[in-house]
Amino acid sequence: MAERFDSVPDVLQRLRSVDYLADTSIAGVVYLADRLGKPVLVEGPAGVGKTELAKAVAAVTNARLIRLQCYEGLDESKAIYEWNYKKQLLRIQADREHERDWETVEADIFSEQFLLTRPLLEAIRADDPVVLLIDEVDRVEIETEALLLEVLSDFQVSIPELGTIEGKQRPLVFLTSNNTRELSEALKRRCLFLHIDYPDVDREKEIVRVRVPEVDEALADQIAKVVGSIRNIDLKKAPSISETIDWARTLVYLGRNEITPEVMGETLHVLLKYQTDITKARKELGVDSPATGVRR
Amino acid sequence: MQWNKLDDALRRYGPGDAVSVVSSEPAMLDVLQGFVHELRLAGLPVSMTENLDAMRAVEYVPLQDRDAFKTALSATLVKHHGHHKVFDTVFEVYFSIFSPGVDGGEAGELGADAQADFDQLRAEMDAGGAMGQLSNEELARMLLDAMMRMDLEQLRALAGAAVARFAGMEPGRPVGGAYYLYRTLRQLDAEGLVSKMMEQAQQDQQIGEGAFDERLAREEYEGRLKVLKEMIEAEIRRRLVADRGVEAMARTLRKPLPEDVDFMHASREEMQQLQKAIYPLTRALAARLAQRRRHRHRGTLDFRRTVRQSLSYGGVPAEPRFKRPRPSKPEIMVVADISGSVASFARFTLQFVYAMQSEFSKVRSWVFIDGVDEVTRFFDESDELATAINRVNTEADVVWVDGHSDYGHAFEVWHERHIREVTRKSSIILLGDARNNYHASQAWTLAEMRKRARRLFWLDPEPRGYWDTGDSIISEYAPYCDGVYEVRNLRQLHKFVEDVVSV
Repeated sequence: MAERFDSVPDVLQRLRSVDYLADTSIAGVVYLADRLGKPVLVEGPAGVGKTELAKAVAAVTNARLIRLQCYEGLDESKAIYEWNYKKQLLRIQADREHERDWETVEADIFSEQFLLTRPLLEAIRADDPVVLLIDEVDRVEIETEALLLEVLSDFQVSIPELGTIEGKQRPLVFLTSNNTRELSEALKRRCLFLHIDYPDVDREKEIVRVRVPEVDEALADQIAKVVGSIRNIDLKKAPSISETIDWARTLVYLGRNEITPEVMGETLHVLLKYQTDITKARKELGVDSPATGVRR
Repeated sequence: MQWNKLDDALRRYGPGDAVSVVSSEPAMLDVLQGFVHELRLAGLPVSMTENLDAMRAVEYVPLQDRDAFKTALSATLVKHHGHHKVFDTVFEVYFSIFSPGVDGGEAGELGADAQADFDQLRAEMDAGGAMGQLSNEELARMLLDAMMRMDLEQLRALAGAAVARFAGMEPGRPVGGAYYLYRTLRQLDAEGLVSKMMEQAQQDQQIGEGAFDERLAREEYEGRLKVLKEMIEAEIRRRLVADRGVEAMARTLRKPLPEDVDFMHASREEMQQLQKAIYPLTRALAARLAQRRRHRHRGTLDFRRTVRQSLSYGGVPAEPRFKRPRPSKPEIMVVADISGSVASFARFTLQFVYAMQSEFSKVRSWVFIDGVDEVTRFFDESDELATAINRVNTEADVVWVDGHSDYGHAFEVWHERHIREVTRKSSIILLGDARNNYHASQAWTLAEMRKRARRLFWLDPEPRGYWDTGDSIISEYAPYCDGVYEVRNLRQLHKFVEDVVSV
């Protein structure tokens, strides 16, 4: 197995080069996934960079990212493969004139030429390096989860008409979950488990500085502290990293280089998306609603 | 010995060279297997494959890199975020002896060296180097200074010195260390430290003016205090482990997993955890309740699947395929006892109702003691659980005569007012311990409900063994229910949700 990373620090440093600031546990799990050849199940609140991680790993390993977005009702014809029945029908029609016997026709229409590959099969058959991302796996029904098991443990797919197709390589596989439901034990057993939480102040500050370079050190520090403080309040939806970044951009755009209660009042809606959350945060932080904010 | 078998398995399973380190260091493998064993005793479902994965994973990380070592174990052994806390505790106990910098070779000979390590450690600490001669005031000043600069090295040394000086640890006592922690923190005046830091910072003009800046500063200092507390806790644990041995210590510290925490005895913090865990369950429950029975009418023709199927017959659409019917909207009626005997369960009940109602529009809820009142509006109008609970407690009219539970009367009134609203789409969930204070059961009301409703469930927070003892009359109601479930913790609630589909 070709090894993609030398060590945990190597993972950290290379992810950093594509502006993804990992912490030691993220880097540690990515490193192990590479060495053990196991998929990684990434869990955590929305907007902490679960999907970004897969993208970043694809970027640093020069691999193509193949993404399977999960949703309720996803089935194997959308996840693994499907026969191109229109084309098959055409072939049957065309064959009628040649009076060929059925065996030939059957062998003909169930060949790879008529196979439509979907993300999982595509990842297995790829010749170039790929990273497979199975996004929001908690959205599929528990029965559909079973479809993934063969792919995840042996990296192969069985197609009744063609037999078993084995992977030419063992790519890194990431599954993300927002934990809206408990995933099956069978799935979890096959994966390494990584829980990504909101970053601590120092890491978030760094993330802001990397993603929004216009922000200076002091402001980034303030941003990270304020966001951390807001996350301590019991809210419907705590601000995610992407919202922190949006907020930082907003501040830059407005030309503010210090966070005062007034600035907070004006821009809190970038961080929080529920009116009740905004009201609550204002009260907790001692920030009054801006006089200009309510003309409607 | 068990590890012989495991060693064999590893040989067959792992890549050849990777196994060598573990098998050449049986002592380390022993420690790891003890560790896994303890995780299982603590309730974590660690499978054989996961155990093998963990053994393979630690091959790839240097032992002295504590973070990486911990990551390797947690990524392979812990598959539920809720279990991380238990894992952390067990990890601390098993591997606290390895201070950063101890290399793999020494670590392998853990058993014999642990005591020696510890004696050395204690000697150092008791002598305390320069710190041994410090007066308490000097120690306090140094601590404040280290906290202001957030000098981790210095803090760790000070935490060690403080434990040696203040904890008053006595060897051989079977305690978990909470008392030692309390004593050390009190002597250090930990609660006062934050305001001291605030004062200091204001003197140095590090904090701007205004309530907002002050809040941020305070939070930061509270965070630092938490770090200090953790250091002290780790130090105490380290000493306890050295004193009493790994296994005894792990046994003392064993706590139930989040899913096994009894609703009746949950702490505040545990209740908050529960609340988060309830949401996905209620969603699953509603989805299950919405599922139609198989033989109900099928949906319209699914063209794509019909044509796809026709290929099996050479293009003749011999077997039509139909779309699956859309799930029906469930209508859920929850009737819950909130009397004194189930007071702590009632809080959970209300959390459950709140979660249900914020997820679905068609949930109606009632609470009762000896009278019954609809509380749907309180949950719909409140954005927050606390407000809703408060309104239920103060505004709901649930007392009829004396405020002792009377299931019979409550059900009778409910029947009179609402039975006409129950349809084949409704599922009714009753929550309570069926302790009826020797009143009449009026079980016929349930029979009526069962007749009209799609399904009727009863969730009882009491252990099964207590059912039908004293004034509990659960078995008078049970014949009319589709199922009566003991629900005292998340695991049982989970099981109830799983079962709903099969009933």
